[in-house]
Amino acid sequence: MRRHLLILSGLVLATALTAPAAAQDLLNVSYDPTRELYEELNAAFAKHWKAKTGKDVTIQQSHGGAAKQARAVIDGLEADVITLALAYDIDAVAEAGLLAKDWQKRLPHNSSPYTSTIVFLVRKGNPKGIKDWGDLVKPGVQVITPNPKTSGGARWNYLAGWAYALKQPGGDAAKAKAFVAAIYKNVPVLDSGARGSTNTFVQRGIGDVLLAWENEAFLSIKELGPDKVDIVAPSLSILAEPPVAIVDKTVDKKKTRAVAQAYLEYLYSPEGQEIAARNYYRPRLEAVARKYAAGFPKVNLITIDEAFGGWQKAQKEHFADGGLFDQIYQPK
Amino acid sequence: MKITLEKPNVLPGFGLAMGFTLFYLALVVLVPLSTLFWKSATLGGGALWAAVTAPRVLASYKLTIGASLVAASLNAVFGMVVTWVLVRYRFPGRRLVDALVDFPFALPTAVAGITLTTLYAPNGWLGAPLEKLGIKAAFTPLGITLALTFIGLPFVVRTLQPVLELLDPEVEEAAASLGANRWQTILRVVLPTLFPAWLTGFAMAFARALGEYGSVVFIAGNMPMKTEITPLLIITKLEQYDYAGATAIAAVTLIFSFVLLVAINRFQSERARLGTTD
Repeated sequence: MRRHLLILSGLVLATALTAPAAAQDLLNVSYDPTRELYEELNAAFAKHWKAKTGKDVTIQQSHGGAAKQARAVIDGLEADVITLALAYDIDAVAEAGLLAKDWQKRLPHNSSPYTSTIVFLVRKGNPKGIKDWGDLVKPGVQVITPNPKTSGGARWNYLAGWAYALKQPGGDAAKAKAFVAAIYKNVPVLDSGARGSTNTFVQRGIGDVLLAWENEAFLSIKELGPDKVDIVAPSLSILAEPPVAIVDKTVDKKKTRAVAQAYLEYLYSPEGQEIAARNYYRPRLEAVARKYAAGFPKVNLITIDEAFGGWQKAQKEHFADGGLFDQIYQPK
Repeated sequence: MKITLEKPNVLPGFGLAMGFTLFYLALVVLVPLSTLFWKSATLGGGALWAAVTAPRVLASYKLTIGASLVAASLNAVFGMVVTWVLVRYRFPGRRLVDALVDFPFALPTAVAGITLTTLYAPNGWLGAPLEKLGIKAAFTPLGITLALTFIGLPFVVRTLQPVLELLDPEVEEAAASLGANRWQTILRVVLPTLFPAWLTGFAMAFARALGEYGSVVFIAGNMPMKTEITPLLIITKLEQYDYAGATAIAAVTLIFSFVLLVAINRFQSERARLGTTD
């Protein structure tokens, strides 16, 4: 499968290089775990664009931590489209005046063509019997999650735990704070990024449960084989919406708006949605979602808007300096 | 007796050479540094003070400076031994050992970090036996110190080596023939000659350790108040798009290294003025 892709993208690249001046270049600046997804999507889109318009398009990819990527774009990396882990990072780019402030309203579903959620990865056979968020605060359970101050993915983890506590009978902000603090009491190592945490859990053998993006959890199982780890879906989790946007400043300068727009819309098309689902992202399109429903565990998903009033607010209350996350570790 | 030399005239003219030196230093060192201070100054006094004295930041200074001091001291002692062996003895494989000293320089820091973490993690080759003894290495200040010792070694060895090579064994023999015993020779003849280079090596290893990120961040564990190093807090601030806060903390580390280096320079020029023999 991967080999075919490689050959295909090689061919696409070769035709693009030999093509006349009509060929266009797009740069997609994305975050870390989307590497495989966009390799497949880019090849498919190039074919689709060629069939539709007769023109060639080459899509370059750049991957890294979401905030680092956003900073690179702010500092002048000429991205036509940005596809990052959370709206807050694209907001930062918009704040710098590179795209319209209302970017999230320009595409359907909060500009997030695919979604994911936070699940648990446990050791094979689940020796500690971890079933839900409540089990994470038990004494003797070690939880692995990255530092939310440095990792966008880790912020989803933190907020998912908070949302769970909030939705329990009699749950309120004070109880949620105590619950999340109890989870972090069980965290022995805070890596700076999501892949680092996966390494700590898988390679170093530290911890009983890894909080992970669902697509990353599936990828780990695919890479490690099903005899090492199991996925446990909690009763409730957060709907992670990694958004996409066109960078107005760049596409206007490079005259690539039409193809960039078509590229992002392609993500919402049935083919694009199928590719997302095959790469373990939850598709938005009803028909595709039904087709792949068996692959995704049933979880009660709540959005950041309903539980936290949007990213800007969540970021300020929880992750800013002196915010709720810092208070967990601040000496009394 | 004093020997006077003619003015060295390798470079064409003092004016041109000095002008170039200043221009080059300004371009490579001063401009980036002044940007740093300018950026952190955008915070304003109160916010700046709050940013650099938050409890988490203070805890990270303590850890970073403490671990760097211990690592640089370890390197000062064992780097001296390594240098002595490399310079004074001829043995098979000496060139290989000599090349190995540069290894921490050549290795990308992130690779060093991942390797050390794998080695010292509770299931690693060295971490597992240590764990049995009840010692946790990775994800504790001990692990951070180990990583900083690793990257600091070449600084001490490479600054000591040329000086020790110039110190002729005949000087020691002369001391012995004048009636000095082994200890007196080392304390009164060898160490005073090596001391300035030794101190410089120590200071460089220390300054490098203060700013080290790549090799430490994997083995540190990054627990707030416990194992967060100062460079991690700088990255943390950047992740939150807090450029001013990040540069403020960076400026504090910079001032600290700078004061240390200046103090050592002053100390050495004082010593040179007073004469090295006491």
